[in-house]
Formats: sequence, structure tokens, C-alpha cells
Amino acid sequence: MTHRSLYLKIFSAVIVFGAWEIAGRIPVSYAFPTFFESMAALGRMAFDGSLWQAYAETLKPLAIGVAISAVTGNAMGLWIGLSKFFDWLFSPIFIVMQAAPLAALIPLLVMMYGIGLTSKIFVVCIMAMPVIVLNTAGAVRNTPTSLTEMGRSFQASWWEVILKIIIPAASPVIFSGLRLGVSAGFIGAILSELKITPTGVGDIITYSRSIADYASMYAAIFSIILLAVLFLNLLERLEHYLFEGNTRGYASD
Amino acid sequence: MAMPQTNHAMDQSSPVTQDIAVSAHNVSKNYGPVEALKDLTLEFPRGQLTSLLGPSGCGKTTLLKIIAGLLEPTAGEVQVDGKAVTGPGPDRAFVFQDFALLPWASVIRNVAFGLELRGIAKTEREDIAEKYIKDVGLSGFEKSFPHELSGGMRQRVGLARALSVDADVLLMDEPFSAVDEQTRRKFQEDLLALVANENKTFIFVTHSIEEAVYVSDQIAILLPRPSRVSDIIRPTGLREKDSHSIRRDPEYLDIVDEIWDSLRTYVE
Repeated sequence: MTHRSLYLKIFSAVIVFGAWEIAGRIPVSYAFPTFFESMAALGRMAFDGSLWQAYAETLKPLAIGVAISAVTGNAMGLWIGLSKFFDWLFSPIFIVMQAAPLAALIPLLVMMYGIGLTSKIFVVCIMAMPVIVLNTAGAVRNTPTSLTEMGRSFQASWWEVILKIIIPAASPVIFSGLRLGVSAGFIGAILSELKITPTGVGDIITYSRSIADYASMYAAIFSIILLAVLFLNLLERLEHYLFEGNTRGYASD
Repeated sequence: MAMPQTNHAMDQSSPVTQDIAVSAHNVSKNYGPVEALKDLTLEFPRGQLTSLLGPSGCGKTTLLKIIAGLLEPTAGEVQVDGKAVTGPGPDRAFVFQDFALLPWASVIRNVAFGLELRGIAKTEREDIAEKYIKDVGLSGFEKSFPHELSGGMRQRVGLARALSVDADVLLMDEPFSAVDEQTRRKFQEDLLALVANENKTFIFVTHSIEEAVYVSDQIAILLPRPSRVSDIIRPTGLREKDSHSIRRDPEYLDIVDEIWDSLRTYVE
């Protein structure tokens, strides 16, 4: 089974990259390099170290922002989900945050926090936090009543009900919120590097586009997508490891 | 499955002199303007099974949850062994209509969950759980997850969990309503054996007249809006019968008819 799905994954990758290669060879646009040209550019940047330098820069706001969003987002979500009052108080803020077009807010953030790391962390948090908070709150609010009643009937304390029943019961939705939040965080990190100051991977994208080195530009885009996918896979594995029975046999291998 | 003579003797004694395990005194429960229960008084004899039977919306589950300590009565009091109920306690265990199993936990962890919450060490509680898993006939499924089991097997897990905490009073909220007809019959037979073998008090909510008459020592008929006890029926001759011949017994059929006559006007 594992082998078969591994082959299928390789197969679908071959199709996508093959289509990319063909589209690059036609070419569909002068600005669209082939797959192999892009990979060569990726290899070159990896060897001369510029890729790693760029990631050292990009990962700073990304990691800090995602960590803040995950920890405070889940805590806030739990709090909002448990209490009607905090739901009433805080939910609208996150709904507005989720609906707001972020690019329009960036100038405001720059005015308040400058062009440094703080603004970029803010962008990542604004992107990642609402979906994490709202998913967690919704999942906690919708914990099956009979499960919490079961806990209480066996004399669970308030904390035991939260730790042993509510959080595990909410975990599938909490994790799907985390996955969405983390992907939004990746978007935020790149957006901030394109919109605030070109640093890291955003710098590679902006700079190589300005000198018409499209292979490097696509290589940078490809690498950030790859990183995001790998990270999401890691999250899924963590979920599967923590709450085995919850995945009902549908977890990816 | 012949019933032990002790139970037979108990059936003959009058309800007044019986040992009362659980009693509800003038219990009322309002949800806002709606009166779910009004001034309800009822006694549950020790070691016997009492059914709460009535049309839907008659507050039988509300009464059960008040006895469990999950709901607060608006007025009145429930006593278990003479002590007033202020919340859930180790003397009562609950079996849920929808099983209320933890989907992320294996069968053995689910069965041991009541003991886990009581702070029993892991090896000890799993030994106890193992015994009850065997008793309900689920040996070999210890490592399975609830979604891998049939509805009937899931309720066996719920029953094993309630039995494993060794409470004196077992509260069952329509425990067999979510399983198929054949499994339900098997459960009813098993329940008769359980009542006979365990010295526990069973309080059993059901909406099935046949089920209530089949398994009960005492049937409390509740009528709705607001809920009150309209009648208490104590089958006298059914306990000595073989579990297979109860349904053909004239007394069984008469009681079923009698109950249906009193309930039919309340069913829309």
C-alpha cells in the first residue's frame, strides 16, 4: 500500500514537472523557464550559499510569526470556544482580521512599526492567526455534549475535561486550522518581503525578476512552495502521532 | 436462565419495606418558562431495575441526569443511599444513548477512562478494564478503535466502562436505542443476567414499552407537560421465567397492553 501511493506521488510529480518542462520549451512566454533550467538555478543558488542566506532571513519572521500565531491563536481559540462572553468580545476582531485585505494594511503597519522584523512578524501573524483562532474556537464550542457529560459523570475535574476530552475532540479541526494558518503564514512572510523591504527569498524573487533571470525567480518560488508542503506534511504526521484514532484510517502515509 | 431465589423473595415483599437505594423527593426542573419536571417523587429499590417509561418529551432523561448529578433540579432533592446528590459521584455510573466513547482512544483506554479520571495507576486500571472487556464479550478488541466496531460492540464498551468503576447505581439512558433490533434483544437478555448477578441498582430510561416490561422489576410511567409519575407497575411473575419465555407470558402481554392504553392518548 505504501509503495503504491509512493509511486502515485512520484507519478503525479513527473506529470506536473513534465508539463512545466514542455511549457518552458514551447515556450509559453519568454519569462517562463523550463523545469530543468529552474532546478539548475536552484542548485547554483544552493551551492553558492545565497539560497541559505535568503532562508535564514525569511525564516526569522516566518518562524516567529507562526509560533506566536499557533500558541496564542490556540489559547485564544480555546478561551473563546469555552466562554460565550469571550466569544462575543473577541470573535468579531478575528473575523474582521480574516476578511481584511492585508496588502492594504501594510503601509499602516510600516508607519507604526517601521520596515524591520516587527512589521514582518505582524504580517505573518495577521495572516495566520484568525483562521487558527476561529477554527479552534469553533471546534471547542462544538465538542459533543455527551463526551463532556461523560467526563463529568466520571468526576473529571474542569481541567481534565479540557485536556482529556475537549482538546483531543477538537484536534482534527484545530490541526486543519493550523495547516491553513501555517500556509497563510508562508504567504504573509513572502508578501512582507515583497511589500515592505526586499529581503531573503522575496529579495531573490524581486531581484532576479528585475535582471530577467527568470530561472532563479522560479527556483525561489519553487523552493518556498516545497518548504511549505514539507512543513504541512510534518504537521499531519504530528497529528497522526498524537491522536491516532481520530484519523480513522484516512491519514496520509 | 433461572433467576436466583433471593430475587424471587424480594419480589414478594411489599415495596414499603424494601431497601431504597435512590430516591427523588418533590423534584422540579424548569428550563426557563418550560416545566420539564414538576414535583416528582419516586423511589428506586436496591438491587432492582427500575424503568422510566414515557412518551418523548416527558422528562425521563432529565430525571436521569438529575440523579446522575449532571443537572441541578430547580426544586426538590435526590438522595443516593440517604445522602443528597450535589454532583456526579463514585456511587453512580452512566451509560449513554450515543455511547459517548472517545474516538481517539482504544477500547481498553475507553473502558479504563472512568478509572483514569479517578487517578488509578495505568497497569492496575488496565487489569480491571481487561476483566470487564472480557465480561462484555469483547476480548481481542482491546487495541481496536471505536470506529472499527459495530454499534452493538460500541455500547458494550460503554457498558464495560460503567461497570469498571464498580458503582452501586447504574444509570442507563436509552442504552439500546441506537443498536439494531437483534443486538437489542441480545442486550436485553444480557441485562437480565447482569441484574441477577450484580448487586447493583439499575435505572433504565426507555421509550419502548416491550423493552421496559421485559427487563424491569419496576416500571415508572411518566406523563408529559409537566412530567409526573402517573403509575408504577411491578411485574410479579416475570422474574422467575426463563428469559426466552417472558415474551409469551400472559402477564407480560397484559402489562404491555395496559401501558399502551394509558399512553396512547399522549402520542401525537
